[in-house]
Amino acid sequence: MNKYQNPYNPEKIKQAHKLLTEFKYELKPLEKGYANRTLHVHVGNNTIKSKPVTQEMKDVFTGGKGFDLKLLWDAVNKNTKWDSPENEIVIAAGAMGGITQYPGTGKSIVCGISPITEAPVDSNVGGYFGPYLKFSGWDAIEIQGIADKEVIVYIDGDNGIIQIFEAPEEAIDSHLIAEQMCDIFASNEQEKKNITTVSAGTASEHSFYGCLNFSFYDRRRKVARLKQAGRGGLGTLFRKKKIKALVCKFSKLNVNNNNVADLEAIKRISAEYHRELFENDDSQCDMRHVGTAHLVEIMDDYDLLPTHNYKFGKHEKTGKISSPVWREMFTQGIPDGCWYGCTMQCAKCVDGYTLRTGPYKGDIVSIDGPEYETAAAFGANMGIFDPHFIVEANFYCDTYGIDTISFGTAMAFVMECYENGILNKERTGGHELNFGCGEEAMEMLHQMAKGEDFGKTIGLGIHRLKKLFVKEFGADPQFLQDIGMECKGMEYSEYVTKESLAMQGGYGLALKGPQHDEAWLIFMDMVNNQIPTFADKAEALHYFPMFRTWFGLQGLCKLPWNDVEPPDNAETDEPAKVPKHVQNYVDIFNAVTGKNIDKKELILQSERVYNFQRIFNFRMGFGTREYDQIPYRSAGPVTIEEYLSREDRYDNQLRDKWNWDPTGKSVEERHQKTREFREDAYQKLCDAVYTRRGWDNNGVPTIEKIKSLGIDFPEVIEILENYFQGK
Amino acid sequence: MKVLVWDKEKCIGCGTCERKCSQTWFKEENRTKSRIKISEADNGFSCNVCNQCGECIKVCPVEALKRDSKGIVRLNEKTCVGCLSCVGFCPTQSIFQIVEIDIPFKCISCGVCVKSCPSGALSLEEIPESLDKIFYRRHF
Repeated sequence: MNKYQNPYNPEKIKQAHKLLTEFKYELKPLEKGYANRTLHVHVGNNTIKSKPVTQEMKDVFTGGKGFDLKLLWDAVNKNTKWDSPENEIVIAAGAMGGITQYPGTGKSIVCGISPITEAPVDSNVGGYFGPYLKFSGWDAIEIQGIADKEVIVYIDGDNGIIQIFEAPEEAIDSHLIAEQMCDIFASNEQEKKNITTVSAGTASEHSFYGCLNFSFYDRRRKVARLKQAGRGGLGTLFRKKKIKALVCKFSKLNVNNNNVADLEAIKRISAEYHRELFENDDSQCDMRHVGTAHLVEIMDDYDLLPTHNYKFGKHEKTGKISSPVWREMFTQGIPDGCWYGCTMQCAKCVDGYTLRTGPYKGDIVSIDGPEYETAAAFGANMGIFDPHFIVEANFYCDTYGIDTISFGTAMAFVMECYENGILNKERTGGHELNFGCGEEAMEMLHQMAKGEDFGKTIGLGIHRLKKLFVKEFGADPQFLQDIGMECKGMEYSEYVTKESLAMQGGYGLALKGPQHDEAWLIFMDMVNNQIPTFADKAEALHYFPMFRTWFGLQGLCKLPWNDVEPPDNAETDEPAKVPKHVQNYVDIFNAVTGKNIDKKELILQSERVYNFQRIFNFRMGFGTREYDQIPYRSAGPVTIEEYLSREDRYDNQLRDKWNWDPTGKSVEERHQKTREFREDAYQKLCDAVYTRRGWDNNGVPTIEKIKSLGIDFPEVIEILENYFQGK
Repeated sequence: MKVLVWDKEKCIGCGTCERKCSQTWFKEENRTKSRIKISEADNGFSCNVCNQCGECIKVCPVEALKRDSKGIVRLNEKTCVGCLSCVGFCPTQSIFQIVEIDIPFKCISCGVCVKSCPSGALSLEEIPESLDKIFYRRHF
């Protein structure tokens, strides 16, 4: 029995399991970061097989996200939809994944054809699953097919056994099933740290932006904690396959499970980096005490905190959701790394929280986060400056399997629609959804989990909601296009980009949709003015997306790269790149694999996978210039209200930046002219970036570029030749 | 709790303590494997050795660092996964790691160096036992 008001019985759950199939494999030590085989599990026909990883696969795709995309490409065809049985969830750790010495080395990368973008999507996540999977003998796992009944896939990395069970009794919501898996597959409390679970939640089934939760057992708190692969609806895909959980057990964690080529080099670099964190974090980002939530007040200071559906960049109540509040609510003084050895410890946790709403009302829980994106989305963007609402909604999004970013941005869009009369109480089922309505927003989330009423509708995501509101309510499609903060079907993450053209491109040109993991250029561009020309911005939009892609190839977290910097970083030639840390990564990659790459080869490794993903998008019917277009709200003021809120700024820019005298002009004229200039600038940016990346002016990689990268596989060439011949 | 205390005025920098320490714990006279480090400094010598403050306990992700029944902070070598968090976050940089040994090591106040010191610069002194603060709330 357990701590919840409605306790579950692990024995009863276990007894209901029905073994569908079992696969035994030979346990072998890893070789320099690689298991050299991948695991294919088909839950539709209950088959399990091993696939070899060839040297060519390693040379071209490196690992992690590269392996995911290669396997996914082979599994699907150009007609595959997100809910087709052949679509897969692919999870990999990456070559450097799982080393225990350097912070941020426990990331899993998940790929699949996305329910929300209908194109390939990648999402990275902490927790123990990726490293334990690799140490169990698998560089990646593909999950294909749709099960007839609810199943669990269990990987026993201690004994070399994989099983698929029918699992009728388990919970679906993640905070419960993650603990149930520990209770069932660990024989005692000490063994629970060896269990890691991937799961989604009840709302994943009724929304297109379901997330996946990856667990790690917190031995001090005695709770299975959850990290999220949030973006792109992979939880929705997971539940479509009728999977309740993927579980991996691995009990033999040691200093060098990766069998690296040069452990001493890794130790030396890592010990120095830990010290750098110790000495500098308190005075820099304070990640160890507040995690990424330290950004709330910084974004507000620079007018970048999305407020009321990105209309504004700051709010007078931001202090109520800023880092001192989170420092107080987060438990301090215990390790909060989501993988071993991460002394950045940004996986903060609110403990002993008594839930106030929903099916678990009254239960006392530990809640991971909120991180910056969640605090910004739920707090400022939805206009609910209440930390308790943010924490509670964070808990329910996680356990229901909902991406907090998409939910927050979609709710903000719905609230603006409500305030503009596109929605009303009659259309929302009696709910007032103005900005700031916390109780109503929470009710929408609970409705989404139940698959009922207007909450379920919000789960469609902004892209589909726009069409629905036009069709059902006669809304102005241009207005919805302007204010609906989505691109490629994915909701924006939480930064206002109006004053940073480069960041508009960082979002709009990102392969999977507007997530900031490809590029975060606002300070370089807007604050420090380090990339003033189109060529400068294009160079940044080449280098940083490639550099950041590399983390996904290796199973790394990006935060230790630049959320603490060496004290002398500002004096280096390229401080935005944090050269010392880049060198750390090059050296550790070489130390793990025994290779001898340099910084240029690092970028090349990414370029191969990045261009492959672009062509993958193209193969599935996307991946051209029209899909890189952004809603005007991310480029400039949509409404007169927005224009007037920053009138001096916009007027001055018309005069100084665009050489157009606003004197005596009506606000409507100035507003329109601003839009023309800004939209034109975005097109020029696209031109410059495509050229820099070796793509044509429609955003398609040239055959010459593909050949130079060595990804000129017959099917790739065929796709491109058909395109270029048809031009 | 007995903590190793070094007397700057008495130390002659002979290195006997380091040799004795490494001999005791690693079966060889090798300064890099000593858990006490004596270095030349302005006006004499400096000493780097664990003061049993326990800050490392808080950063160890696997709870390999714990106080024993006498209050001494000890590393469980079987539990340690070699993450080096303790090495980086020791306030006095008194947890060591070297090339040949996968996991870190530190002084555990065993006293062999005290007995070997020819100048009487080292002693084990009783200090009030530190109570590790419980920073986090336990509700269940």
